[in-house]
Amino acid sequence: MSEQQVQEAAFSPAEAQDQPLLSVRHLKIWYELKRFGFLHAGYVKAVDDVTFDLPRGEAIAVVGESGCGKSSLMKAILGLVHPHDGQILFEGKDIWEGGNAAMREYRMKVGYVQQDPYGALPPFMTIRRILEEPLILAGIKDKEERMERVIRSLEEVKVTPPSDFLNKYPHMLSGGQQQRVVIARALIRNPKMLIADEPVSMLDASVRVEILKLLDEVQQERHLSVIYITHDLSTVRYFSKRIFVMYAGKLIEKASTYEILHNPKHPYSWALLNAISDPLAENATKLRDIPPGEPPSLITPPPGCRFHPRCQKAIQGLCEVEVPPHFSVAPNHDVACWLYREEAEA
Amino acid sequence: MVPSDDPRDKALVVEDLVLYFQLTHGIVQAVDHVSFSLDKNRAVVVIGESGCGKTSMGKALTRLLPRNVNRYTGKVFIDGVETMGMDDETYREQVRWVKISQVPQAAMNALNPVLKLKDQVLEPLLLHEKGISMEDAMERVHAVFDFVGVPDGFIERYPFELSGGMRQRVVIAMALITNPAVIVLDEPTSALDVLTQANIYNVLKRIKWEKGTSFVLITHDVATSSELADDVLVMYAGHMMEHSAAEEFFAGPLHPYAKMLMAAVPKLYGEDELQFIPGKPPSLLNPPTGCRFADRCPLAFEKCKLEPPTYRLGNRLVKCWLYEKEADEIVSSPEALAGVSA
Repeated sequence: MSEQQVQEAAFSPAEAQDQPLLSVRHLKIWYELKRFGFLHAGYVKAVDDVTFDLPRGEAIAVVGESGCGKSSLMKAILGLVHPHDGQILFEGKDIWEGGNAAMREYRMKVGYVQQDPYGALPPFMTIRRILEEPLILAGIKDKEERMERVIRSLEEVKVTPPSDFLNKYPHMLSGGQQQRVVIARALIRNPKMLIADEPVSMLDASVRVEILKLLDEVQQERHLSVIYITHDLSTVRYFSKRIFVMYAGKLIEKASTYEILHNPKHPYSWALLNAISDPLAENATKLRDIPPGEPPSLITPPPGCRFHPRCQKAIQGLCEVEVPPHFSVAPNHDVACWLYREEAEA
Repeated sequence: MVPSDDPRDKALVVEDLVLYFQLTHGIVQAVDHVSFSLDKNRAVVVIGESGCGKTSMGKALTRLLPRNVNRYTGKVFIDGVETMGMDDETYREQVRWVKISQVPQAAMNALNPVLKLKDQVLEPLLLHEKGISMEDAMERVHAVFDFVGVPDGFIERYPFELSGGMRQRVVIAMALITNPAVIVLDEPTSALDVLTQANIYNVLKRIKWEKGTSFVLITHDVATSSELADDVLVMYAGHMMEHSAAEEFFAGPLHPYAKMLMAAVPKLYGEDELQFIPGKPPSLLNPPTGCRFADRCPLAFEKCKLEPPTYRLGNRLVKCWLYEKEADEIVSSPEALAGVSA
C-alpha cells in the first residue's frame, strides 16, 4: 500500500463508527473587553465558529501560529473557559450540561499534557505525590492500589526504575524526564482523550524525538484519542493522521496529514509549508517566499476571509467581502477558500 | 575559496579558546580549547544540545561574562585585531559593538521596557561613534529600521506595543547599527512561529548579502540553521567535534554525534524514521576523560577511552578515532586548526 492508502485506510474504520468521541459544533470563544471595568468595549474573537469531530482512537493535530486561537480551543475543550456560543459534545453529551459534578466526571476522562514541563509540575511535591494526587481526587482510598498504579504509569512512560524517582523532586529530573512525568500524570486515570499542547516545543531536538515516539506508542497501545496542538508542521507527520490548520480563530483546512503535506490547498497552508526548512545547504542561497505582514487583530478581524490582506491569490470583490465556507475538494479534505468554489461545485 | 593564513584577512579567528567557570563544588569546563576561523561575509553555525557550551562560547567572543570566571584564555582576532590581550575598558571602547555585536538569547525580552525603540537603537551609535551629529544618527536609525523591515512609525513606540517578531527585528537592528564585522546570534528564532522565523532568516540573509557581515549563529535547531550556514561547527561537552562546510555537512556529517543529531531532525517529507540520542550530555563539572561522547556513542570502541586528536579530511576537521586511517593528517596546533578553512 502506498503511504496515501495507509493514511486513508487509517481513518475510514473510525469514520464508520457511529459516534465520534468529541464533537465541536460552531464553537465560539469570545473574550469580552471592558472599559473602566464595566463598559462593554467589544470582544476578542479567539475562536470563531469552529466545527470538527474527533473519532475514537485517532490522533489529530491543530496547527497554527501563536495567537490563532489554538490554545483557547484547547482550554474550551478542557472546560476551562465557557464558550460564548456553540457546543462541545463528549460522547454525545454537552460538557456544560449537568453542572459541576458532570464536569468533574468529564475531566476524569481527559488528560492534559502541558507545554512547559517544569512549570507544570509543582516544585515542592515529590514525583510520588504528583502522580498520586489525581488518584486521591478520583476517590481511590486504597493506598497500595494507588502506589501500584503510580509505579505502573512510571514504567509506561519509561521512567525506570520507578523506585529511584518516587521521592525525587521535579528539579532533580532532566527536561525529558519531567515531560515523561507530565505524560504519566495525564494518563494515570486512564483517560479516553489526551490533549497535548505543544508537548515538545520546550525540549532539545533529540529529547523531542523521544517524547514524540513515547506519545505515539501510548496513543496506539491505549487506542487514545489525542488532540496535538502545535505550530511546527514538521513534527506532526510522525504522530497524527489528520491535520486541522487554524488561522485567526478559524479552521481553514481539514485534511489527512498526507494531503496537507503533498496537496495543500489553502494559500496559508502553502505559506506554512514553505516556511519550514529541511536541513539542506542550498537553503542559505535563496530567500524564502513568505507572505508579508502578521496575523490580524482578533478584536477587529478583517471582513471576509481573514487571510485576504496577506494572500497573493486574493480575489478582488469576493475574498474581502464574504467569509468563505468549507468547500470539500476531496473526500476528507475541506478547505475554506474561495479559490475552490468551482472545483467543489463540479 | 583559497584559505588565507593571515588572521588579519578573516572576520574572526579563534585560537585555543578556553572558558571555565568556578563553582563552589568544582570547575565547569564550558569551552575547552576551541579553535576555528571565519572568513569575511560568511556564517558559521554552532550546533549541539543544551549544555554543550555553545552559549558560553558566544559570550566568550563578546566578553559578556559573569563574575565567576575561572579561566579565560586563548587568542581571538576579530576583524584582524587581537582582543584577548585588551583590558575590559579598551575592549568595550574598541571592540564590542564596533567590531562584534550580539543578539542575545530570548532577544524578545532583551529590550528595555521603559525606553522608546529609537532611543534604544540610537544608544550604541552615540556611544561608539563619538561626535556623530544627532541628525546623522537619526538618519542611520531610520535606515536600519527600514533595512530590517520595521515600519518607520514604530520608532516612537515602546517594546510592549510590538509582536515578538517585530521585537526580534529591533534587536537585530541594534546589533547592526554600528556596522560590525561580526554578529553573534544566540538562538535568534527559537521562541518564534515558523512564518516569523522564516522572515527573520530572510532579513539575516539580506544583511549578509548586502552588508557583507559575518555571523556566528548559535542554535540547537539544525534544520533552520541551514538557512544561513556556510560552515557548521558541532560542539559537544565543550569540545569542537566537527567543522565542515555546510554543503558537505548537510550531505553527510562525519562525527557519530553529528550523524545522530541530523537523524533527530524532523523532516517534512521522506521515509526516514526519526532517531534520538539516548542519554544526555555529560556534566561539564567532571567531564569524562577520553572522548566525551563515548558513553552515548554506538560506535565506541577500546580507543575511545583516550581523547581523540582532531583529524583533517580535505577541508573538514573531525575529532573522532574512527577517522584515524582515512585522515590526511592530525592537526594539533591551534594556529593550524584555525587555519583550516571549511
